[in-house]
Amino acid sequence: MINASLKQLSQALAAKRISSVELTQLFVDRIARLNPALNAFVTVDAEKSLNSARAADARIAAGTAGQLTGIPIAQKDIFCAEGWRTTCGSKMLANFVSPYDATVIRKMEAETGLVSLGKTNMDEFAMGSSNETSFFGPVLNPWDRQRVPGGSSGGSAAAVAARLAPAATGTDTGGSIRQPAALCNLTGLKPTYGVVSRYGMIAFASSLDQAGPMARSAEDCALLLNSMAGFDERDSTSLDRLPEDYARDLDKPLTGLRIGLPKEFFGAGCDADVMAAVQTAIDEYRKLGATTVEVSLPNSHLSVPAYYVIAPAEASSNLSRFDGVRYGYRAPEYGNLDDMYMKSRAQGFGAEVKRRILIGTYVLSHGYYDAYYLQAQRIRRLIANDFVEAFKQCDVIMGPTSPSTAFKLGEKAADPVQMYLSDIYTIAVNLAGLPGMSTPCGFAGGLPVGLQLIGNYFAEAQLLNVAHRYQQATDWHRRLPNGIE
Amino acid sequence: MSLTLEQVQRIAHLARIEISESEAITTQGHLNGIFELIEQMQAVDTRGVEPMAHAQEVSQRLREDVVSETDRRAAYQAVAPEIEAGLYLVPKVIE
Repeated sequence: MINASLKQLSQALAAKRISSVELTQLFVDRIARLNPALNAFVTVDAEKSLNSARAADARIAAGTAGQLTGIPIAQKDIFCAEGWRTTCGSKMLANFVSPYDATVIRKMEAETGLVSLGKTNMDEFAMGSSNETSFFGPVLNPWDRQRVPGGSSGGSAAAVAARLAPAATGTDTGGSIRQPAALCNLTGLKPTYGVVSRYGMIAFASSLDQAGPMARSAEDCALLLNSMAGFDERDSTSLDRLPEDYARDLDKPLTGLRIGLPKEFFGAGCDADVMAAVQTAIDEYRKLGATTVEVSLPNSHLSVPAYYVIAPAEASSNLSRFDGVRYGYRAPEYGNLDDMYMKSRAQGFGAEVKRRILIGTYVLSHGYYDAYYLQAQRIRRLIANDFVEAFKQCDVIMGPTSPSTAFKLGEKAADPVQMYLSDIYTIAVNLAGLPGMSTPCGFAGGLPVGLQLIGNYFAEAQLLNVAHRYQQATDWHRRLPNGIE
Repeated sequence: MSLTLEQVQRIAHLARIEISESEAITTQGHLNGIFELIEQMQAVDTRGVEPMAHAQEVSQRLREDVVSETDRRAAYQAVAPEIEAGLYLVPKVIE
C-alpha cells in the first residue's frame, strides 16, 4: 500500500477495499515509527488527520467524493492551515497557530478532500538548499542519513521518499521543489508563476514564489496539480485562466518532441557522474522518438547573482511584517518600541534569514538601488529573453537539476556562497517564471540524480507528459531507499 | 566593493535587527563573500534593457468597492503577543 500510486489509492478507496481512516492510520503509524530518525515532520496531529479522514469516508459513502478524496498527504509548513501550528521553519512562528487556511490548503482539503498528515520541516522561511537552516533542526535524507535531503522543501521530500506520505506539497522560489526532489529520488513540479495561488503561503520573494506537488511519479504530480491550481482573487498575481486537466496529455507519444540542451548546462560545474546519468536519460528520450538540439542560455551564469539581489530585496520587504506586534515571536525583555522590534527580530530570525534581510535592505537602500536592484531586474529580463529565443528551437529544455547528488550535513553550511551555487541550474526558471520539473533519472554513488525539464509558459501538461513517458520506460522513480519498507 | 563594519551595523539598524559587534564581524565576512558573487552583474552592459519586475505582464486587477471579508478580529488577535480591549499593546511611543 505504501508504494501504491495516487490513482491506485483512489481506486482502492472507491472500491471500498480500504477506508480513508485505515489509510490515514497506516501513515500516522509510519510517521510515529520512522519520523524521529528523519525529522521530516515538525507537526503532526493524528486526531485532526483522522477526523478529516472520517469526513472523507463520509463523502465516499455519500457518492460525493472526487478522485483524490480520502488520500492522505503532507503539507509543507509554509502553508497557513487553520488550527494547525504553522512555523515556516522559524522560531519567529514557533507558536503560531494559523487562524485561516491558505488557498492551497482550502482547495486540497475542503474542496478535494485530501487528508493532511501534518506539516513538514523546511529551511527557515524557505531560505536554504539543505534544510539545515530550520529552527527545528535538519532533515536527514532517507537515502543516506549523513546527507541532506535538499531544500527548502526537504521535509516534504524526505517524507515522501521514506513513504511517510503518498505525496506532499512544496514551494519553489529558486529550486526548492526541484532540488530536494532530485536529491531524494522524487518527481517535483514548479508550475508557471501565477498558476497556483500564493494566498496564505508565507511569502519569501513574492515575484518568484510558486507552490507545486512533490510525489513519486509525474502522474501523481498531475493529479495533485489539478487540485492545487486555479485562479484566486485573493492573490493579486494569480492568473485568471480556464481550469485545465493536467493529466490530459500524460500518455501522448513523444515522437517528434524537440529537446533543447543548453550548452551552459552541459559544461564545467556539474559532477561527472551526475552528468553521465543525465546523458543516459537523454539517450532514452531519443529512443522514445525525441530529437535533441543544442541551444544557448548565454546569461544563465548571471542567474545566481541576480537572484541573490532580487530574492533578498523582496524578502527584506516581506519579512518586515515580523515585528512582534500582531503575531509571532516577541522578545521577553525590551526597552522602547524600536528596541522591541530589534530584539524580537534578532532573537526570532536565524542566521541565514538575517543575512538575506541585510542583503535586501542594502540593495534597496538609497544610493545602491540602481546599481544592484535595477541592474538585477535588467539581467532578469535578459535571462527571460534567453528562454524565449531557446524555445524557438525546441519544445522542452533538459539538463541536470542539481550539479551534485545529496551532499553531507554540514558540508556547505558554513559557506553561504557554496550553498547558493547548488541552485545554479534551477534559479533561472524562477526568474523567467517558467514551469520546471525534476524526475529521477539514475544514481551516482548510490545517491539519486534528477533530470530537470523546463517548459514554456503554461506547458505543465506537456512537461508532465514528457516525464510520464520516460517513467513508463524506466524504473528509477520506483527505487526505494534501503531499509524503507 | 566591500562593506565596512559600520555599514553592516547601519544596515542592521535599518532592518531593525539588533546585532552585537562580534556578530557584525562574522556577518561582514559572509556579506562580502555574497557581494563578490553579486558583483558579477556589474560587468554586464544593460543599457536599454527594460527592468523585469515580474514574470507575467499583467496589470493589477481592481475589484468592486464592497465589503468582501467577514469580521475575524477576535481570531486574528488571539495570536498576538499582547492585546488589551481589542488593541495591540506596544511600549509607549508618545510621552
